[in-house]
Amino acid sequence: MNAVTLESADGIPQAVALSERVHWIGALDPNLRTFDIILKTANGTSYNAYIIRGSEGVAIIDTVKEGFAEAFFARLESVADYAEIKVIVLNHLEPDHTGALPELMRRAPQAQLFISQKAQSMLKGLLKQDELSFTPVVTGDSVSLGDRTLQFLHTPYLHWPDTQCTYAPEETMLFSGDVFGCHFCDNRLYNDQVGDFRFSFEYYYAHIMRPFKEYVVRALELIEPLPLKLIAPTHGPILRDRPQRYIQRYRQLSSPALHSEISGHQKTLVIFYISSYGNTRRMAEAIYQGAMQVADVRVSLYDLEGGEVAPFVDLIEETDGLILGTPTINGDAVKPIWDLLSSLTVVNLKGKLGGVFGSYGWTGEGVRLVEDRLRGLKLRVPIPGLRVKLIPTDDEIIECKAFGLELAQELMGIREAKVINFADLT
Amino acid sequence: MAKATITFEDINVTVTVPAGTRIIEVSEKVGSAITYGCREGDCGTCLMKVTEGWNHLSEPSVLEDKILRENMAGKHNRLACQAQVLGGKISVKPV
Repeated sequence: MNAVTLESADGIPQAVALSERVHWIGALDPNLRTFDIILKTANGTSYNAYIIRGSEGVAIIDTVKEGFAEAFFARLESVADYAEIKVIVLNHLEPDHTGALPELMRRAPQAQLFISQKAQSMLKGLLKQDELSFTPVVTGDSVSLGDRTLQFLHTPYLHWPDTQCTYAPEETMLFSGDVFGCHFCDNRLYNDQVGDFRFSFEYYYAHIMRPFKEYVVRALELIEPLPLKLIAPTHGPILRDRPQRYIQRYRQLSSPALHSEISGHQKTLVIFYISSYGNTRRMAEAIYQGAMQVADVRVSLYDLEGGEVAPFVDLIEETDGLILGTPTINGDAVKPIWDLLSSLTVVNLKGKLGGVFGSYGWTGEGVRLVEDRLRGLKLRVPIPGLRVKLIPTDDEIIECKAFGLELAQELMGIREAKVINFADLT
Repeated sequence: MAKATITFEDINVTVTVPAGTRIIEVSEKVGSAITYGCREGDCGTCLMKVTEGWNHLSEPSVLEDKILRENMAGKHNRLACQAQVLGGKISVKPV
Protein backbone atom coordinates (compact mmCIF):
# COMPACT_ATOMS: atom_id res chain seq x y z
CA MET A 1 0.00 0.00 0.00
CA ASN A 2 1.17 3.51 -0.75
CA ALA A 3 2.57 5.71 2.00
CA VAL A 4 0.27 8.49 3.16
CA THR A 5 1.14 12.06 2.18
CA LEU A 6 0.05 14.58 4.80
CA GLU A 7 1.67 17.66 3.33
CA SER A 8 2.34 19.11 -0.10
CA ALA A 9 5.90 19.48 -1.37
CA ASP A 10 5.99 23.06 -0.02
CA GLY A 11 4.88 21.94 3.45
CA ILE A 12 1.18 22.84 3.36
CA PRO A 13 -1.03 20.29 5.13
CA GLN A 14 -3.10 18.25 2.70
CA ALA A 15 -6.22 16.16 3.20
CA VAL A 16 -5.83 12.40 2.93
CA ALA A 17 -8.35 10.48 0.85
CA LEU A 18 -10.03 7.55 2.62
CA SER A 19 -12.22 7.10 -0.44
CA GLU A 20 -13.18 9.21 -3.42
CA ARG A 21 -15.66 11.15 -1.28
CA VAL A 22 -14.19 10.99 2.21
CA HIS A 23 -11.02 12.69 3.44
CA TRP A 24 -9.12 12.88 6.70
CA ILE A 25 -8.59 16.52 7.66
CA GLY A 26 -7.28 16.05 11.19
CA ALA A 27 -4.04 17.04 12.89
CA LEU A 28 -1.14 15.24 14.55
CA ASP A 29 0.12 16.13 18.02
CA PRO A 30 3.32 14.06 18.42
CA ASN A 31 4.61 15.96 21.45
CA LEU A 32 1.70 15.31 23.83
CA ARG A 33 2.62 12.99 26.71
CA THR A 34 -0.26 13.43 29.14
CA PHE A 35 -3.86 13.69 28.04
CA ASP A 36 -6.64 15.01 30.29
CA ILE A 37 -4.36 14.59 33.33
CA ILE A 38 -5.17 10.87 33.60
CA LEU A 39 -3.78 9.34 30.41
CA LYS A 40 -0.22 8.84 29.25
CA THR A 41 0.88 8.52 25.65
CA ALA A 42 4.33 7.50 24.49
CA ASN A 43 4.15 9.06 21.04
CA GLY A 44 1.47 11.75 21.23
CA THR A 45 -2.01 11.63 19.74
CA SER A 46 -4.00 12.68 16.73
CA TYR A 47 -7.17 14.72 16.47
CA ASN A 48 -8.98 13.10 13.58
CA ALA A 49 -11.59 15.04 11.67
CA TYR A 50 -13.23 14.08 8.42
CA ILE A 51 -14.97 15.56 5.44
CA ILE A 52 -17.52 13.75 3.28
CA ARG A 53 -18.76 15.04 -0.04
CA GLY A 54 -22.24 14.35 -1.38
CA SER A 55 -23.87 15.52 -4.62
CA GLU A 56 -25.69 18.26 -2.67
CA GLY A 57 -23.08 19.45 -0.24
CA VAL A 58 -20.24 18.69 2.09
CA ALA A 59 -20.23 17.61 5.72
CA ILE A 60 -17.48 18.09 8.27
CA ILE A 61 -17.39 15.45 10.97
CA ASP A 62 -15.69 16.69 14.14
CA THR A 63 -12.91 19.24 14.37
CA VAL A 64 -9.60 19.43 16.26
CA LYS A 65 -8.05 20.93 19.40
CA GLU A 66 -7.84 24.71 19.17
CA GLY A 67 -4.05 24.91 18.83
CA PHE A 68 -4.16 22.59 15.82
CA ALA A 69 -6.81 24.48 13.89
CA GLU A 70 -4.37 25.80 11.32
CA ALA A 71 -3.54 22.32 9.96
CA PHE A 72 -7.24 21.36 10.08
CA PHE A 73 -8.33 24.37 8.03
CA ALA A 74 -5.47 23.93 5.56
CA ARG A 75 -6.46 20.31 4.98
CA LEU A 76 -10.12 21.27 4.67
CA GLU A 77 -9.27 23.98 2.14
CA SER A 78 -7.28 21.46 0.08
CA VAL A 79 -10.49 19.59 -0.77
CA ALA A 80 -13.45 21.96 -0.28
CA ASP A 81 -14.60 25.57 -0.14
CA TYR A 82 -16.26 26.83 3.03
CA ALA A 83 -19.35 27.80 1.02
CA GLU A 84 -19.89 24.13 0.16
CA ILE A 85 -20.21 23.07 3.79
CA LYS A 86 -23.81 22.18 4.44
CA VAL A 87 -23.45 20.12 7.60
CA ILE A 88 -21.18 20.03 10.66
CA VAL A 89 -21.50 16.93 12.83
CA LEU A 90 -20.09 16.86 16.35
CA ASN A 91 -19.88 13.32 17.63
CA HIS A 92 -18.37 14.49 20.92
CA LEU A 93 -18.03 17.97 22.39
CA GLU A 94 -14.80 17.60 24.35
CA PRO A 95 -12.52 20.57 23.52
CA ASP A 96 -9.98 18.40 21.70
CA HIS A 97 -12.67 17.90 19.03
CA THR A 98 -14.48 21.22 19.19
CA GLY A 99 -11.55 23.62 19.55
CA ALA A 100 -11.78 24.71 15.92
CA LEU A 101 -15.59 24.82 15.89
CA PRO A 102 -16.16 28.55 16.57
CA GLU A 103 -13.81 29.51 13.75
CA LEU A 104 -15.33 26.89 11.44
CA MET A 105 -18.80 28.28 12.16
CA ARG A 106 -17.51 31.76 11.43
CA ARG A 107 -16.07 30.65 8.09
CA ALA A 108 -19.11 28.51 7.15
CA PRO A 109 -22.07 30.35 8.74
CA GLN A 110 -24.58 28.57 6.48
CA ALA A 111 -23.68 25.11 7.84
CA GLN A 112 -26.19 23.32 9.99
CA LEU A 113 -24.83 21.86 13.24
CA PHE A 114 -25.89 18.30 14.22
CA ILE A 115 -25.32 17.19 17.81
CA SER A 116 -26.78 14.54 20.12
CA GLN A 117 -29.72 15.30 22.41
CA LYS A 118 -27.48 15.31 25.45
CA ALA A 119 -24.93 17.61 23.86
CA GLN A 120 -27.26 20.62 23.85
CA SER A 121 -26.44 22.07 27.25
CA MET A 122 -22.75 21.23 26.81
CA LEU A 123 -22.59 23.09 23.52
CA LYS A 124 -23.91 26.20 25.23
CA GLY A 125 -21.37 25.71 28.02
CA LEU A 126 -18.57 25.42 25.49
CA LEU A 127 -19.44 28.19 23.08
CA LYS A 128 -20.95 30.64 25.57
CA GLN A 129 -23.38 31.87 22.96
CA ASP A 130 -27.09 32.26 23.68
CA GLU A 131 -28.24 32.39 20.08
CA LEU A 132 -27.08 29.07 18.75
CA SER A 133 -28.74 27.18 15.97
CA PHE A 134 -28.34 23.40 15.99
CA THR A 135 -30.28 20.21 15.35
CA PRO A 136 -30.33 17.61 18.14
CA VAL A 137 -30.46 14.06 16.76
CA VAL A 138 -31.04 10.50 18.01
CA THR A 139 -30.75 7.00 16.56
CA GLY A 140 -32.82 6.82 13.39
CA ASP A 141 -32.24 10.44 12.41
CA SER A 142 -30.22 11.16 9.30
CA VAL A 143 -29.19 13.99 7.05
CA SER A 144 -28.87 13.79 3.28
CA LEU A 145 -25.98 15.19 1.27
CA GLY A 146 -27.63 14.06 -1.97
CA ASP A 147 -25.96 10.81 -2.96
CA ARG A 148 -24.38 10.42 0.48
CA THR A 149 -26.22 10.12 3.78
CA LEU A 150 -25.21 10.47 7.40
CA GLN A 151 -27.09 8.36 9.91
CA PHE A 152 -26.80 9.05 13.62
CA LEU A 153 -26.38 6.46 16.36
CA HIS A 154 -27.20 7.46 19.92
CA THR A 155 -24.27 6.05 21.92
CA PRO A 156 -24.24 8.03 25.19
CA TYR A 157 -21.48 7.77 27.82
CA LEU A 158 -18.78 6.65 25.41
CA HIS A 159 -17.23 8.41 27.22
CA TRP A 160 -19.30 11.55 27.89
CA PRO A 161 -23.09 11.86 28.09
CA ASP A 162 -23.12 13.59 24.70
CA THR A 163 -21.22 11.04 22.60
CA GLN A 164 -22.69 9.70 19.37
CA CYS A 165 -21.49 7.89 16.26
CA THR A 166 -22.22 8.79 12.64
CA TYR A 167 -22.57 6.18 9.91
CA ALA A 168 -22.22 6.80 6.20
CA PRO A 169 -24.10 3.86 4.58
CA GLU A 170 -23.04 4.50 0.98
CA GLU A 171 -19.41 4.49 2.12
CA THR A 172 -19.93 1.78 4.78
CA MET A 173 -17.84 3.94 7.09
CA LEU A 174 -18.42 4.61 10.77
CA PHE A 175 -17.29 7.91 12.24
CA SER A 176 -17.11 6.66 15.78
CA GLY A 177 -15.93 9.61 17.84
CA ASP A 178 -13.70 8.46 20.71
CA VAL A 179 -15.05 4.90 20.46
CA PHE A 180 -12.38 2.55 19.01
CA GLY A 181 -9.85 5.37 19.33
CA CYS A 182 -6.54 5.60 21.16
CA HIS A 183 -3.86 8.16 21.91
CA PHE A 184 -1.32 7.19 19.30
CA CYS A 185 0.37 9.43 16.79
CA ASP A 186 1.69 8.04 13.53
CA ASN A 187 1.73 9.84 10.22
CA ARG A 188 1.03 6.58 8.39
CA LEU A 189 -2.58 6.95 9.68
CA TYR A 190 -3.96 3.48 8.88
CA ASN A 191 -4.02 0.52 11.26
CA ASP A 192 -2.29 -1.70 8.70
CA GLN A 193 0.59 0.76 8.29
CA VAL A 194 1.27 2.40 11.68
CA GLY A 195 3.53 1.01 14.42
CA ASP A 196 2.19 -1.53 16.88
CA PHE A 197 -0.59 0.36 18.65
CA ARG A 198 -2.39 -2.54 20.33
CA PHE A 199 -1.21 -1.55 23.83
CA SER A 200 -2.51 1.93 23.24
CA PHE A 201 -5.92 0.68 22.08
CA GLU A 202 -6.26 -1.51 25.19
CA TYR A 203 -5.03 1.24 27.53
CA TYR A 204 -7.48 3.73 26.09
CA TYR A 205 -10.40 1.35 26.57
CA ALA A 206 -9.28 0.56 30.14
CA HIS A 207 -9.20 4.21 31.18
CA ILE A 208 -11.85 5.83 29.02
CA MET A 209 -14.52 3.26 28.18
CA ARG A 210 -14.31 0.74 31.03
CA PRO A 211 -16.41 2.78 33.52
CA PHE A 212 -19.22 2.68 30.95
CA LYS A 213 -19.22 -1.00 29.98
CA GLU A 214 -22.99 -1.32 30.03
CA TYR A 215 -23.23 1.60 27.59
CA VAL A 216 -20.50 0.07 25.42
CA VAL A 217 -22.60 -3.09 25.14
CA ARG A 218 -25.67 -1.04 24.16
CA ALA A 219 -23.66 0.85 21.55
CA LEU A 220 -22.27 -2.40 20.15
CA GLU A 221 -25.85 -3.59 19.56
CA LEU A 222 -26.20 -0.64 17.18
CA ILE A 223 -22.75 -0.92 15.61
CA GLU A 224 -22.30 -4.67 15.15
CA PRO A 225 -24.99 -5.11 12.47
CA LEU A 226 -23.54 -2.35 10.27
CA PRO A 227 -21.71 -3.33 7.08
CA LEU A 228 -18.30 -1.70 7.60
CA LYS A 229 -15.22 -1.29 5.50
CA LEU A 230 -13.65 1.31 7.77
CA ILE A 231 -13.94 2.82 11.25
CA ALA A 232 -12.81 6.43 11.53
CA PRO A 233 -12.27 7.35 15.20
CA THR A 234 -11.30 10.78 16.50
CA HIS A 235 -7.94 9.63 17.94
CA GLY A 236 -5.33 7.21 16.69
CA PRO A 237 -5.19 4.95 13.65
CA ILE A 238 -7.98 4.77 11.12
CA LEU A 239 -9.20 1.18 11.19
CA ARG A 240 -9.53 0.02 7.60
CA ASP A 241 -7.93 -3.43 7.89
CA ARG A 242 -10.51 -5.80 9.37
CA PRO A 243 -12.39 -3.15 11.37
CA GLN A 244 -14.68 -5.83 12.80
CA ARG A 245 -11.79 -7.08 14.94
CA TYR A 246 -11.87 -3.88 16.97
CA ILE A 247 -15.59 -4.17 17.49
CA GLN A 248 -15.13 -7.76 18.64
CA ARG A 249 -12.37 -6.63 21.00
CA TYR A 250 -14.71 -4.05 22.55
CA ARG A 251 -17.25 -6.81 23.01
CA GLN A 252 -14.64 -8.96 24.78
CA LEU A 253 -13.40 -6.11 26.95
CA SER A 254 -16.95 -5.31 28.01
CA SER A 255 -17.65 -8.89 29.08
CA PRO A 256 -16.31 -10.46 32.29
CA ALA A 257 -12.83 -11.95 31.70
CA LEU A 258 -13.55 -15.15 33.60
CA HIS A 259 -17.19 -15.85 34.15
CA SER A 260 -18.13 -15.92 37.80
CA GLU A 261 -19.25 -19.30 39.05
CA ILE A 262 -22.24 -17.96 40.86
CA SER A 263 -25.66 -18.73 39.48
CA GLY A 264 -28.31 -16.21 38.59
CA HIS A 265 -30.12 -16.14 41.92
CA GLN A 266 -26.93 -15.70 43.95
CA LYS A 267 -25.21 -12.47 44.86
CA THR A 268 -21.63 -11.69 45.77
CA LEU A 269 -20.37 -9.74 48.75
CA VAL A 270 -16.69 -8.88 49.14
CA ILE A 271 -15.23 -7.78 52.47
CA PHE A 272 -11.86 -6.03 52.40
CA TYR A 273 -10.10 -5.06 55.60
CA ILE A 274 -6.77 -3.80 56.80
CA SER A 275 -5.72 -4.06 60.39
CA SER A 276 -2.72 -2.95 62.46
CA TYR A 277 -3.30 -4.82 65.74
CA GLY A 278 -5.86 -7.41 64.60
CA ASN A 279 -8.94 -5.60 65.94
CA THR A 280 -10.40 -4.55 62.59
CA ARG A 281 -9.52 -8.06 61.34
CA ARG A 282 -11.53 -9.63 64.19
CA MET A 283 -14.46 -7.42 63.25
CA ALA A 284 -14.07 -8.46 59.60
CA GLU A 285 -14.15 -12.15 60.48
CA ALA A 286 -17.32 -11.71 62.57
CA ILE A 287 -19.02 -9.71 59.79
CA TYR A 288 -18.02 -12.47 57.37
CA GLN A 289 -19.59 -15.11 59.63
CA GLY A 290 -22.76 -13.05 59.96
CA ALA A 291 -23.09 -12.55 56.21
CA MET A 292 -22.46 -16.27 55.58
CA GLN A 293 -25.71 -17.08 57.39
CA VAL A 294 -27.76 -15.71 54.52
CA ALA A 295 -28.50 -18.20 51.77
CA ASP A 296 -27.36 -17.46 48.23
CA VAL A 297 -24.84 -14.80 49.22
CA ARG A 298 -21.32 -15.73 48.11
CA VAL A 299 -19.11 -13.93 50.63
CA SER A 300 -15.37 -13.31 50.20
CA LEU A 301 -13.00 -11.98 52.86
CA TYR A 302 -9.68 -10.37 51.87
CA ASP A 303 -6.86 -8.58 53.62
CA LEU A 304 -5.94 -5.49 51.58
CA GLU A 305 -2.33 -5.88 52.67
CA GLY A 306 -2.11 -9.15 50.76
CA GLY A 307 -2.75 -7.85 47.26
CA GLU A 308 -2.21 -5.22 44.62
CA VAL A 309 -4.91 -2.66 43.90
CA ALA A 310 -5.63 -3.57 40.24
CA PRO A 311 -6.97 -7.14 40.76
CA PHE A 312 -9.05 -5.89 43.68
CA VAL A 313 -10.57 -3.26 41.39
CA ASP A 314 -11.47 -6.11 38.99
CA LEU A 315 -13.18 -7.95 41.86
CA ILE A 316 -15.09 -4.89 42.97
CA GLU A 317 -16.28 -4.19 39.45
CA GLU A 318 -18.20 -7.46 39.42
CA THR A 319 -19.31 -7.76 43.03
CA ASP A 320 -22.84 -6.88 44.17
CA GLY A 321 -21.81 -5.67 47.61
CA LEU A 322 -18.62 -4.20 49.06
CA ILE A 323 -17.75 -3.90 52.74
CA LEU A 324 -14.58 -2.08 53.78
CA GLY A 325 -12.86 -2.29 57.15
CA THR A 326 -10.37 0.36 58.17
CA PRO A 327 -8.80 1.42 61.43
CA THR A 328 -8.64 5.14 62.16
CA ILE A 329 -5.12 6.49 62.46
CA ASN A 330 -4.57 10.20 63.14
CA GLY A 331 -8.21 10.96 62.44
CA ASP A 332 -8.37 9.32 59.03
CA ALA A 333 -8.85 6.01 57.29
CA VAL A 334 -5.53 4.46 56.30
CA LYS A 335 -3.74 5.01 53.00
CA PRO A 336 -4.25 1.52 51.46
CA ILE A 337 -8.02 2.08 51.76
CA TRP A 338 -7.78 5.47 50.07
CA ASP A 339 -5.48 4.03 47.40
CA LEU A 340 -8.15 1.45 46.62
CA LEU A 341 -10.96 4.00 46.70
CA SER A 342 -9.11 6.43 44.44
CA SER A 343 -8.62 3.63 41.90
CA LEU A 344 -12.30 2.85 41.50
CA THR A 345 -13.23 5.60 39.07
CA VAL A 346 -12.43 3.24 36.17
CA VAL A 347 -15.32 0.94 37.08
CA ASN A 348 -19.04 1.44 37.43
CA LEU A 349 -20.18 1.16 41.04
CA LYS A 350 -23.60 2.74 40.72
CA GLY A 351 -26.16 1.13 42.98
CA LYS A 352 -23.88 -1.49 44.53
CA LEU A 353 -24.35 -2.11 48.23
CA GLY A 354 -21.69 -0.61 50.52
CA GLY A 355 -20.80 -0.89 54.18
CA VAL A 356 -17.92 0.25 56.38
CA PHE A 357 -16.52 -0.81 59.74
CA GLY A 358 -13.38 -0.43 61.79
CA SER A 359 -11.67 -0.32 65.14
CA TYR A 360 -10.27 2.93 66.48
CA GLY A 361 -8.27 4.28 69.41
CA TRP A 362 -9.83 7.57 70.40
CA THR A 363 -11.84 9.34 67.67
CA GLY A 364 -12.79 6.91 64.87
CA GLU A 365 -13.41 9.31 61.97
CA GLY A 366 -12.14 6.82 59.38
CA VAL A 367 -15.39 4.88 59.06
CA ARG A 368 -17.54 7.97 58.41
CA LEU A 369 -15.09 9.34 55.89
CA VAL A 370 -15.10 6.09 53.93
CA GLU A 371 -18.90 5.92 54.07
CA ASP A 372 -19.07 9.38 52.53
CA ARG A 373 -16.60 8.34 49.85
CA LEU A 374 -18.67 5.25 49.00
CA ARG A 375 -21.75 7.44 48.60
CA GLY A 376 -19.71 9.77 46.42
CA LEU A 377 -18.86 6.76 44.27
CA LYS A 378 -22.62 6.15 43.94
CA LEU A 379 -22.84 3.09 46.14
CA ARG A 380 -25.78 2.89 48.51
CA VAL A 381 -24.86 2.65 52.16
CA PRO A 382 -28.06 1.70 53.97
CA ILE A 383 -26.65 0.67 57.34
CA PRO A 384 -24.58 3.15 59.36
CA GLY A 385 -20.94 2.14 59.70
CA LEU A 386 -19.91 0.02 62.66
CA ARG A 387 -17.14 1.29 64.92
CA VAL A 388 -15.50 -0.45 67.86
CA LYS A 389 -13.13 1.18 70.31
CA LEU A 390 -9.87 -0.82 70.29
CA ILE A 391 -10.41 -4.52 71.06
CA PRO A 392 -13.91 -5.80 70.29
CA THR A 393 -15.71 -7.34 73.26
CA ASP A 394 -17.84 -10.49 72.94
CA ASP A 395 -20.94 -8.30 72.69
CA GLU A 396 -19.33 -6.18 70.00
CA ILE A 397 -18.42 -9.31 68.05
CA ILE A 398 -22.12 -10.24 68.17
CA GLU A 399 -22.90 -6.75 66.85
CA CYS A 400 -20.44 -7.32 64.03
CA LYS A 401 -22.14 -10.59 63.09
CA ALA A 402 -25.51 -8.83 63.09
CA PHE A 403 -24.03 -6.08 60.86
CA GLY A 404 -22.84 -8.69 58.36
CA LEU A 405 -26.14 -10.53 58.52
CA GLU A 406 -28.16 -7.38 57.94
CA LEU A 407 -26.01 -6.23 55.02
CA ALA A 408 -26.30 -9.68 53.40
CA GLN A 409 -30.08 -9.62 53.91
CA GLU A 410 -30.20 -6.16 52.38
CA LEU A 411 -28.22 -7.48 49.42
CA MET A 412 -30.75 -10.25 48.87
CA GLY A 413 -33.71 -7.89 49.36
CA ILE A 414 -34.97 -9.79 52.41
CA ARG A 415 -34.27 -7.21 55.10
CA GLU A 416 -37.46 -6.43 56.98
CA ALA A 417 -39.52 -3.42 55.92
CA LYS A 418 -38.69 -0.46 58.11
CA VAL A 419 -40.49 2.71 59.13
CA ILE A 420 -38.15 5.45 60.30
CA ASN A 421 -38.73 8.96 61.58
CA PHE A 422 -36.75 11.62 59.71
CA ALA A 423 -35.45 13.03 62.98
CA ASP A 424 -33.91 9.65 63.85
CA LEU A 425 -31.81 9.54 60.69
CA THR A 426 -28.19 10.36 61.30
CA MET B 1 -45.80 20.82 61.00
CA ALA B 2 -47.43 18.88 58.16
CA LYS B 3 -46.07 15.37 57.77
CA ALA B 4 -45.59 13.09 54.83
CA THR B 5 -44.21 9.61 54.23
CA ILE B 6 -41.72 8.59 51.56
CA THR B 7 -41.30 4.91 50.77
CA PHE B 8 -38.12 3.85 48.99
CA GLU B 9 -39.33 0.76 47.21
CA ASP B 10 -35.91 -0.63 46.35
CA ILE B 11 -35.00 -1.10 50.03
CA ASN B 12 -38.49 -1.29 51.52
CA VAL B 13 -37.94 1.60 53.90
CA THR B 14 -40.54 4.24 54.75
CA VAL B 15 -39.55 7.54 56.35
CA THR B 16 -41.87 10.03 58.02
CA VAL B 17 -40.71 13.51 57.05
CA PRO B 18 -41.77 17.14 57.55
CA ALA B 19 -43.43 18.78 54.53
CA GLY B 20 -40.87 20.58 52.41
CA THR B 21 -38.22 17.87 52.70
CA ARG B 22 -36.35 17.10 49.49
CA ILE B 23 -35.92 13.43 48.54
CA ILE B 24 -32.14 13.91 48.46
CA GLU B 25 -32.15 14.72 52.17
CA VAL B 26 -33.52 11.27 52.95
CA SER B 27 -32.59 8.77 50.27
CA GLU B 28 -28.86 8.63 50.90
CA LYS B 29 -29.28 8.34 54.64
CA VAL B 30 -31.48 5.28 54.29
CA GLY B 31 -29.31 3.80 51.53
CA SER B 32 -31.68 3.83 48.58
CA ALA B 33 -29.97 3.17 45.24
CA ILE B 34 -31.00 6.57 43.89
CA THR B 35 -27.60 8.06 43.12
CA TYR B 36 -26.55 11.67 42.75
CA GLY B 37 -24.22 13.60 40.51
CA CYS B 38 -24.21 17.39 40.66
CA ARG B 39 -26.91 17.61 43.38
CA GLU B 40 -28.21 20.84 41.90
CA GLY B 41 -30.62 19.74 39.20
CA ASP B 42 -28.30 20.04 36.26
CA CYS B 43 -26.99 16.56 35.36
CA GLY B 44 -29.99 14.20 35.54
CA THR B 45 -28.12 11.45 37.42
CA CYS B 46 -30.72 11.26 40.23
CA LEU B 47 -33.65 10.61 37.94
CA MET B 48 -36.16 8.47 39.88
CA LYS B 49 -39.53 6.91 39.27
CA VAL B 50 -42.42 8.12 41.42
CA THR B 51 -44.71 5.11 41.71
CA GLU B 52 -47.25 6.66 44.05
CA GLY B 53 -48.23 10.16 45.11
CA TRP B 54 -46.54 12.11 42.34
CA ASN B 55 -49.04 14.92 42.84
CA HIS B 56 -47.77 15.23 46.43
CA LEU B 57 -44.43 16.49 45.15
CA SER B 58 -43.56 20.10 44.33
CA GLU B 59 -44.02 21.07 40.67
CA PRO B 60 -40.80 20.76 38.63
CA SER B 61 -38.98 24.07 38.21
CA VAL B 62 -38.20 25.34 34.71
CA LEU B 63 -34.66 24.01 35.13
CA GLU B 64 -35.80 20.57 36.29
CA ASP B 65 -38.34 20.41 33.51
CA LYS B 66 -35.61 21.10 30.97
CA ILE B 67 -33.35 18.36 32.37
CA LEU B 68 -36.28 15.91 32.44
CA ARG B 69 -36.97 16.63 28.78
CA GLU B 70 -33.30 16.28 27.83
CA ASN B 71 -33.25 12.89 29.53
CA MET B 72 -36.44 11.85 27.75
CA ALA B 73 -37.99 11.22 31.16
CA GLY B 74 -41.47 9.73 31.54
CA LYS B 75 -44.41 11.54 33.10
CA HIS B 76 -43.76 10.22 36.60
CA ASN B 77 -40.01 10.62 36.62
CA ARG B 78 -38.45 13.35 38.72
CA LEU B 79 -35.04 14.48 39.90
CA ALA B 80 -34.54 13.38 43.49
CA CYS B 81 -32.32 16.37 44.25
CA GLN B 82 -35.10 18.79 43.28
CA ALA B 83 -38.43 17.20 44.21
CA GLN B 84 -39.84 18.38 47.53
CA VAL B 85 -42.41 16.43 49.50
CA LEU B 86 -45.58 18.44 50.15
CA GLY B 87 -47.58 15.90 52.16
CA GLY B 88 -49.38 12.59 51.92
CA LYS B 89 -47.89 9.29 50.87
CA ILE B 90 -45.20 9.00 48.24
CA SER B 91 -43.34 5.99 46.86
CA VAL B 92 -40.20 6.22 44.77
CA LYS B 93 -37.58 3.95 43.28
CA PRO B 94 -34.43 4.36 41.19
CA VAL B 95 -34.82 4.16 37.42
